[in-house]
Amino acid sequence: MRRYFGRKFLIYALTFFVAVTINFMIPRLMPGDPVRSMVARAGMQTPEAAATMQEYYTRIFGLDVPIWQQYLNFWAALLRGDLGISIWLFPQPVTGVIMRAVPYTLALLIPAILLSWFAGNKFGAFAARRKWLDNTILPVGYVLTATPYMWLAILLAWALGIIAGIFPIAGGYSFSLAPTLSWTFVGSLLAHWFLPFVSLFLVFFGGWAIGMRNMIIYELEADYSHYLQALGAPQRLVRKYAFRNAALPQITGLALQLGVIVAGAVVTEIVFSYPGLGHLILKAIENQDFFLLQGAFLFIVIGVLLANFIIDIVYVLVDPRTRTGMGGGSA
Amino acid sequence: MTVPSVDQGVDTKVDRVPGARREALYFALRNKKLVGGLTVVLLFLVLAVVGPMLTAHGPREYVGPPMQPPSSEYWFGTTTFGQDVFAQFVYGLRATFRVGILGGGLTAIIGMFVGFTAGYRGGLVDETLNMITNVVLVLPVLAVLLIISAYLRVRSVEVQALIIGLFSWPWVARAIRAQTFSLRSRDFVDLARLSGVPTRRIIFGEIAPNMASYLFMVFILLFGGAVLFAATLDFIGLGPTEGISLGLMLNNSVKWSALQLGMSWWFIPPGIGITAIVGAFYIMNVGLDEVFNPKLREM
Amino acid sequence: MSKVSLRVAGLKVHYRTLRGDVKALDDVTFAVADGETMGLAGESGCGKTTLGKSLIRLDGRMRHVDGTVELDDEELPIGDTARMNDFRFREVFIIPQYAMSAMNPTRKIGKMTKELLESRGVRFETVRTELKRRLELVGLAHDVLDRYPIELSGGMKQRMVMVLSTLLNPSLLVADEVTSALDVSTQRAVAETLVDFRDRGFVRSMIVITHDVSLVYQIADSIMVMYAGKLAEKAPTDVIVDSPRHPYTQLLISSLPEVGVKYADKRLTGIPGSPPSLLDPPAGCRFRDRCPLAFDKCSEEPPFVEVEHGHYVACWKA
Repeated sequence: MRRYFGRKFLIYALTFFVAVTINFMIPRLMPGDPVRSMVARAGMQTPEAAATMQEYYTRIFGLDVPIWQQYLNFWAALLRGDLGISIWLFPQPVTGVIMRAVPYTLALLIPAILLSWFAGNKFGAFAARRKWLDNTILPVGYVLTATPYMWLAILLAWALGIIAGIFPIAGGYSFSLAPTLSWTFVGSLLAHWFLPFVSLFLVFFGGWAIGMRNMIIYELEADYSHYLQALGAPQRLVRKYAFRNAALPQITGLALQLGVIVAGAVVTEIVFSYPGLGHLILKAIENQDFFLLQGAFLFIVIGVLLANFIIDIVYVLVDPRTRTGMGGGSA
Repeated sequence: MTVPSVDQGVDTKVDRVPGARREALYFALRNKKLVGGLTVVLLFLVLAVVGPMLTAHGPREYVGPPMQPPSSEYWFGTTTFGQDVFAQFVYGLRATFRVGILGGGLTAIIGMFVGFTAGYRGGLVDETLNMITNVVLVLPVLAVLLIISAYLRVRSVEVQALIIGLFSWPWVARAIRAQTFSLRSRDFVDLARLSGVPTRRIIFGEIAPNMASYLFMVFILLFGGAVLFAATLDFIGLGPTEGISLGLMLNNSVKWSALQLGMSWWFIPPGIGITAIVGAFYIMNVGLDEVFNPKLREM
Repeated sequence: MSKVSLRVAGLKVHYRTLRGDVKALDDVTFAVADGETMGLAGESGCGKTTLGKSLIRLDGRMRHVDGTVELDDEELPIGDTARMNDFRFREVFIIPQYAMSAMNPTRKIGKMTKELLESRGVRFETVRTELKRRLELVGLAHDVLDRYPIELSGGMKQRMVMVLSTLLNPSLLVADEVTSALDVSTQRAVAETLVDFRDRGFVRSMIVITHDVSLVYQIADSIMVMYAGKLAEKAPTDVIVDSPRHPYTQLLISSLPEVGVKYADKRLTGIPGSPPSLLDPPAGCRFRDRCPLAFDKCSEEPPFVEVEHGHYVACWKA
């Protein structure tokens, strides 16, 4: 088990290293002077602001020192938690801007992932081998996974927000409210949270349901299922075991899907102007705010790595085969 | 989440006799999911090929009055700027198929190459490739695509496909590595090795054909994945700088408040296009799984 | 050995395929006496596994077409998988070919046993002592119950499955190729355990399905030979080995190198030719095309008749 975690840890450390290096390399690999083009594209109103910015970025990029020193400086700044200054929200530091957005993203993602995982798996297991459900509802599941996240979000916003007018479709809370700990404010938060959440939940749900349905069909055909049936065990027990075993690869599947899930969250936030990381990314791109974009990139990578680590721990807890040191869980 | 459906069920196709191919075709033609999915895909393919010939103007030209609902002249209506939505849609379909084939194809090629090499060579080569695979696997693809695309001044469908291909191959490599491992110990591969056939020939001559149906199904999933990724990038504002795509249409419609203005004709067609094509491919994949995997046939 | 335990009459079981029904069991009639251990032999694809499954649980593609199965004068509803549940485990049981993977990999063996028993309405406490006694009997420590299947060796799993399968003292046990995955010394141990179980009364009658005639020879009272979905011959073991009447049995026995040596599947295919397709089997004797003694009469189907006391053959020449 120590070897298992040691190996995982090595992979995550390497991944983080690669991500930081990508972050460092990309601006330097692109043709042209990154500082000048950034300042030019930022389109500052006054010459003084432009000059301050020019000076600041030249210092930050430190283009006059050798490339290896630039790289070390980059790491040093990173380890101090310094991700630079945002252009869009100049002169706020990127770290602070991102930290304010992260809670919104997590509030969407964590419930959407967990609930869709449980509900989707239950439903998929329920549909498998029930001919009628299998043939009518699974195509629906496939269509759901094939739906671009933003399109489902747009449709929901249009149907429930614009036409029915039940839910607000922009922002994290009503613009007329200031953040306070009151029932009105919490209510407003919830109302704004609901549609993006449902939108993410639905697409995830389709994927888990299909995955479970496909897994459990194999499990129900596995030898241990046949053995139980030959022993006259009720279908309930057979399905219970098959479900448990089919859920294990679904946990690994969750780890594999994290990248796609994050992508879904980003575009969904954009549709609903929800003030999380996705919204920041859009603003960063619109305003050519590369520091903010790179900061968001690093936060996403760190988040995904942490989530992977948590999933690894969960996997070890639920699969006895990894604990007895016989392998089992995939790397 | 659709990955597991192809993870198993490969070894049933090995050692096939000539009759098995005819049998597969027989089941293929009778499989409703396969035939239905294929029909939808072909329908959109025809529309993508023929559609642009039906419109006199390009997708970005300002041709008519703004914000027109669908009419006999503008079948899908017009945008806030008076662009023809139908023209955008059919040209966008072309971009969708292009990015799917290029991106999916490239992903499949890289994944197969890494997977075959790791699985066949084993040892240190395998260890190294496996490490690289695992690193790229946990790297969130979209985030990497974002950071690269943002710095590119000129973006095209081809460049999108290239970046998608470079960062989404790991699961293919892993699946193929596992399959190759199990295949390389079979008699027919041993025979080839003993008679001094070079490694590359063994992989492409002996192992790959035995996995052909599996590889085809992998490609289908990758096509869908590439289309969805590209649409996501377009939507964030990192779409092609020239031309049009379905994702870009969605991006524009949201950016110019099509929602608030009730211009549903602007954002509904591109979404239907993507969903129908990708969904049809996924359902085809289930059909193929049933055709190639006798265990699932009788259900 | 006079009272009849199992009586199978005119049993027909077909496999459904899209190309038509495969007639895997065609008009099979035989009986197994109380306390009898019957070996069931034949080439792969002759229907022996189908027969074993038919007595326990038809799989999704199998269809019970005709015929009856009676166990202790009670008819088994073999075509009705739900009603059949009442008989499984208590009355009839199969030890499957796949004992290595028969147990749920993610449950401790003891917990699985408990859940299984309680789902069948048996209090675990009432059999706990007996379970432990039987574990000792086959040389397994009590703590296997606290382990996962993956922690057991192949032989241990095999013994565990045997104990589990026979826990409720079924009247009839079907052992399907139980030894094919094991090495020779373990095979012998497993065979001896089966006999031991019968002698102790854990099971009353047994059908041992195998392609390894030498194994059956050691433990069976009688041997039944099948060919292409039909019965060829059934007789007491020494009769089958010393003076078989059916030409197929004769070839089968003569290709046996010597009793006690493992009998590989290849030996059986050593008989020239291959069995007919069961999709559309030819009329008459199905062994006709490969039979050295075939003559005109063989185009009519030979009945499965008793030629001596306890010796049944389906051949015009017998």
